[in-house]
Amino acid sequence: MSSEPTEVHHEEHGEHDTMTRKKIWNVFFVLLGITTIEFIIALYMVPKGIIPGNVANPVYIVLTLLKAFYIVAYFMHLKFERVGLVYAILVPILFIIGLILVLTNESHHWIDLRL
Amino acid sequence: MSATVSQIDEIKTTPWSGGRSPFNVEYGKMMMWFFLLSDAFTFSSLLISYGALRFSASTWPGADKIFQSIPGLVEHGAPLVFVGLMTFILIMSSVTMVLAVEAGHRNSKKEVIMWMIFTIIGGFMFLGCQALEWNHLHSEGFWWSSIPTNTETLKEFFTGGTLAAQQTSAHQFANLFFTITGFHGFHVFSGVIINIIITINVLVGTYEKRGSYLMIEKVGLYWHFVDLVWVFVFTFFYLV
Repeated sequence: MSSEPTEVHHEEHGEHDTMTRKKIWNVFFVLLGITTIEFIIALYMVPKGIIPGNVANPVYIVLTLLKAFYIVAYFMHLKFERVGLVYAILVPILFIIGLILVLTNESHHWIDLRL
Repeated sequence: MSATVSQIDEIKTTPWSGGRSPFNVEYGKMMMWFFLLSDAFTFSSLLISYGALRFSASTWPGADKIFQSIPGLVEHGAPLVFVGLMTFILIMSSVTMVLAVEAGHRNSKKEVIMWMIFTIIGGFMFLGCQALEWNHLHSEGFWWSSIPTNTETLKEFFTGGTLAAQQTSAHQFANLFFTITGFHGFHVFSGVIINIIITINVLVGTYEKRGSYLMIEKVGLYWHFVDLVWVFVFTFFYLV
């Protein structure tokens, strides 16, 4: 709980004003809307056979990533930070993509082992 | 000589030469970001392992078959309704958290306290829902390395596959579900505790004396991260 440099706050203040109450509620309705779309797909469109399950899955993932973008960019305020910080946070995410690729590949091998 | 000195001073004013912070965020906030990045790796590892095991399984319990109860109201036939409520509660508490941060920027102590209390209530509601959901699955026979012993009950959760494959998948599902939602629930629980501590600090005027409510922003980052993880858990356990 050391004293925080006041100089930093003053510089930040101007940027924080970009996240107004109106904008917060807009983001909330975007998140709610995306979740509603996901529910419509899961509860109505897939059971009725309007779209097959293997098409729905990539749609869910895209919608999830969209929600993640809104949370990180607006709620976590990353969109309004310095570009250096943005890259420091986002570039390491590449490792996660690497793990996804590696383990997806591995799981195809496991299928053969299980049979 | 003086020309050289002024030249060095000039160099030092650019962001990456040590003159000032290239990130322009307070130390604690930056460290919170780096902690969250490491936490993102932990959750990714868990979720990607889940994905790999599920990809390699010949059959998997259907989400609409496992999660179709609203504890205390409906036993069967209401797939995803309860988890929809949980998702709504968590998104809502994320909104109240940003509103607390926003109030902090205006140094409005009263509003910060109000929104923090709403956030804490949201956190407790989510934890309560999760306890009900766990209790329901446990009553059906699922737990860490435990599945329904009645094979007829077990069959209801699947749309195909041999009994041996169903048993293996059900075991993996149970272990992964309780571990991942448990780890997430633990984060929610820690978040609620941290929020309570920070709210007490606001009440006693710690941040008023300090002249800034930046601490609200730091715990806010953590709280949004918990919401962010839930978005992924929700998709991969309940939708896909």
